[in-house]
Amino acid sequence: MAVKVSLKVNGKSVSAEVEERTLLVTLIREQLRLTGTHVGCDTAQCGACTVSMNGMAVKSCSMLAMQAEGADVMTIEGVAKPDGTLHPMQAAFKEHHGLQCGFCTPGMVMNAIDFAKHHPNPSEQEIREALEGNLCRCTGYHNIVKAIGAGARAMAASK
Amino acid sequence: MGAPLIGARVERKEDYRFLTGAGQYTDDLELPRQSYAAFVRSPHAHAVIKKINSSKAKNSPGVLAIFTGEDFATAKLGGLPCGWLITDVNGQPMKEPPHPCLAQGKVRYVGDQVVIVVAESIDEARDAAELVKVDYEVLPAVVDGSKATAKGAPQLHEAAPGNTCYVWSIGDKAATDAAFAKAAHVTKLDLVNNRLIPNAIEPRVANGSYSRADDSYTLYVASQNPHVERLLMTAFVMGLPEHKVRVVAGDVGGGFGSKIYLYAEDVAVTWAAKQVNRPVKWTSDRSEAFLTDAHGRDHHTVAELALDKDGKFLGMRVKTTANVGAYLSTFASCVPTILYATLLAGQYKTPVIHCEVTAVFTNTTPVDAYRGAGRPEATYVVERLVETAAREMKIDPAEIRRRNFITAFPYQTPVALMYDIGDYNATMNAAQKLADVSGFSKRKDQSIKNGKLRGLGYAAYIEACGIAPSAVAGALGARAGLFEAGEVRVHPTGSVTVFTGSHSHGQGHETTFAQVVADRLGMPIENVDIVHGDTSKVLFGMGTYGSRSIAVGGTAIVKALDKVIAKGRKIAAHLMEAAESDVVFENGAYKVAGTDKKKTFGEVAFAAYVPHNYPHDKLEPGLNENAFYDPANFTFPAGTYVCEVEVDPETGVVKIEKFTAVDDFGKIINPMIVEGQVHGGLTQGIGQALTEGCQYDASGQLLTGSFMDYCIPRASDVPFYQVDTRETPCTHNPLGVKGCGEAGAIGAPAALMNAITDALGVKDMPMPATPQTVWRTLKNKKAA
Ligand code: FES
Ligand code: FES
Repeated sequence: MAVKVSLKVNGKSVSAEVEERTLLVTLIREQLRLTGTHVGCDTAQCGACTVSMNGMAVKSCSMLAMQAEGADVMTIEGVAKPDGTLHPMQAAFKEHHGLQCGFCTPGMVMNAIDFAKHHPNPSEQEIREALEGNLCRCTGYHNIVKAIGAGARAMAASK
Repeated sequence: MGAPLIGARVERKEDYRFLTGAGQYTDDLELPRQSYAAFVRSPHAHAVIKKINSSKAKNSPGVLAIFTGEDFATAKLGGLPCGWLITDVNGQPMKEPPHPCLAQGKVRYVGDQVVIVVAESIDEARDAAELVKVDYEVLPAVVDGSKATAKGAPQLHEAAPGNTCYVWSIGDKAATDAAFAKAAHVTKLDLVNNRLIPNAIEPRVANGSYSRADDSYTLYVASQNPHVERLLMTAFVMGLPEHKVRVVAGDVGGGFGSKIYLYAEDVAVTWAAKQVNRPVKWTSDRSEAFLTDAHGRDHHTVAELALDKDGKFLGMRVKTTANVGAYLSTFASCVPTILYATLLAGQYKTPVIHCEVTAVFTNTTPVDAYRGAGRPEATYVVERLVETAAREMKIDPAEIRRRNFITAFPYQTPVALMYDIGDYNATMNAAQKLADVSGFSKRKDQSIKNGKLRGLGYAAYIEACGIAPSAVAGALGARAGLFEAGEVRVHPTGSVTVFTGSHSHGQGHETTFAQVVADRLGMPIENVDIVHGDTSKVLFGMGTYGSRSIAVGGTAIVKALDKVIAKGRKIAAHLMEAAESDVVFENGAYKVAGTDKKKTFGEVAFAAYVPHNYPHDKLEPGLNENAFYDPANFTFPAGTYVCEVEVDPETGVVKIEKFTAVDDFGKIINPMIVEGQVHGGLTQGIGQALTEGCQYDASGQLLTGSFMDYCIPRASDVPFYQVDTRETPCTHNPLGVKGCGEAGAIGAPAALMNAITDALGVKDMPMPATPQTVWRTLKNKKAA
């Protein structure tokens, strides 16, 4: 059965027809064609699908599209400034080589931005613990941890 | 000109698109009228297919077509080929049982493809796949490689009696036995190199389409080597001419070996696209990835090292059983032979070595190259033996290594390879210093005071990269060349597009290669773009694996650049009315030596495309050159890793206190990227030693089929690494480079297990050293 959902994505109001079983990530990728949000697993482990919903990082593979009714969703495509200037967290990932293949990256950045809001000057351990739900197979996390620390401080400084 | 580009930490050109969600991975692509495929896979490890009933599925909503192995046989689609022929100890070719794209009569591992369902949507394809009824007669299975050749073991293939693919050997057996006969000490270990599941975070994807207009196919696929994929698929499986097939591998989310191979799904969607006359897309989910992406490692080995009374190595004897899984994957046969046994000399002057390898089929997922491919297994054998021998003979483990290091180059090993250059003392000394080995005993005392155990372990690894001199590879059984191709296309106003047969799936070639090009041509890096991954754009390519990209692919580009610069010199000489021999090219301009006459590279390029004043009698217009480069030798990156761990005897938890890596990769183009490669490799190596272990039950069901059961390292499992490099430039390529992609995964497991066994005071223990295994090992030690 098709149902209608209406929500805000990256600041724009959108409505779509979905099936009851449609996942939020499927709505985002397949229907809205925002393919920066990735799918890396089927057990809610990898975090590649992380988006921001009402200001909180959530795994969009673990929610039904219907559950996002009325929500304010931001995907990786909505993070940089409209003119293309990178968000401080994105810039920190670039500067610290916090990405290789880039597949985990959107989820990492979405989670990191949420984390940094609550941790303006995080310790190494806090960052590593915050990454419990985000897997990366390329970087060994070394540079991701550095990038998130630097990104969090840059975010705090730019407030 | 600004600062030199070679050796600079240039931020990556590819990052902007990945950071903003603008990357284009294969699953991101949506083709007009695209349909979707789902596969019905075997739930049994070994069974005869009695009957397939698809009638209900055919009537399910949205279904376009359903194909079985019988349809594939009728269409005369061949099986998946193996790219490397191993000749066994009796001079006979290895056994190559058929590897059908969809099962023919029998299934041989859980996940084996049986039926492909094509439908309007992915949900409809999956719904219908669930309605396909397959009747199986379940057969007993064998999953453990060391039991595969036993009498009475279930037999997988008629063509491979005793489940044996080959028994192969290298080295002088009689001389090795003689060395053992006069040894003062022999160290012996029984080692298991655990089976691993690669798990690139992007699962495999294949999207095949067919055009009636010109009878051509296009396959978009998450692959590390699109040209090889096309060659295998057209020439060996589908019987198509290559000019009718385009293979595109755009942004690929990690490979680690698992995306080298031609997989059944790739063929199936390409063929099905013509049948339904629509694009057919298949995206693996993670569960399918666990079951069907080629696995890695899985060796059982008995290894012995003979030493004289001073700890000098006299000989090494190794016997390995390699589990290749249910079928031969694309490069499965060369991994436990050519890429393994030839590395058993390590960094040492061991005068004689003999190694025998038995490759066996089992009812498990096919095993092939996974980051390091054979070299981590070899390093594990050598470095566990050396460290254990040192402990047994009460010689410092660094000292025993120094006594045996190769110090004069070139060096011919007793197992075929010729090392061109290296300085093993330099990396050892630097690693010891960086790891503060001299402070270890103090730290150990402190740990003991806290009720903890502390251990330190080394691994002095070597690898053969820059794969490979084609003639050597061919003599060893390779069925393909292993050169690389590159093309430099200079545009009329002097900017440059470079096409490479190497493929980047995280390695950052768009940046590293651009640094090389911009450096040579003396232009800003912004003026250079690197294109890869599309057989319709790139002239040819062998792809990326075996840490070969910069050494082979980079060199091909350099060769093409040399041609561009040489042609430009002729044009410049004409423009400046000078003798060609007087014209030099430096900092992006041609100059007449001893004068102030000069033409910039851009001016020369413009003259080549607007040839009003041009030496037409001697030269063609245009500035576009390509080159194929076949390396003269392998490259030999090497280094020393030092790992320090603290173990909690109460819980068995291992904490990595320090991990130090000093590598010699030859010349380094971009240290930032190289360090990233080392970090990633180390983490996969640590994963093998600490957290990852593929497990099947006795019936062949995969027990570790999700990220909850198979633990790839998380951020909290690993420390910050201490990495540094030493440099002996490779002697046989113009960049002096050796490759860096696999080193971490090669050296880390041995270093970590040497540290853990040191902490525990035991001779050996199996990988992965999970808390439970460590705790049990300690308990058994107490009981003994
Ligand atoms: S795809 Fe959502 S956690 Fe893996
Ligand atoms: S950068 Fe490849 S998975 Fe993280």
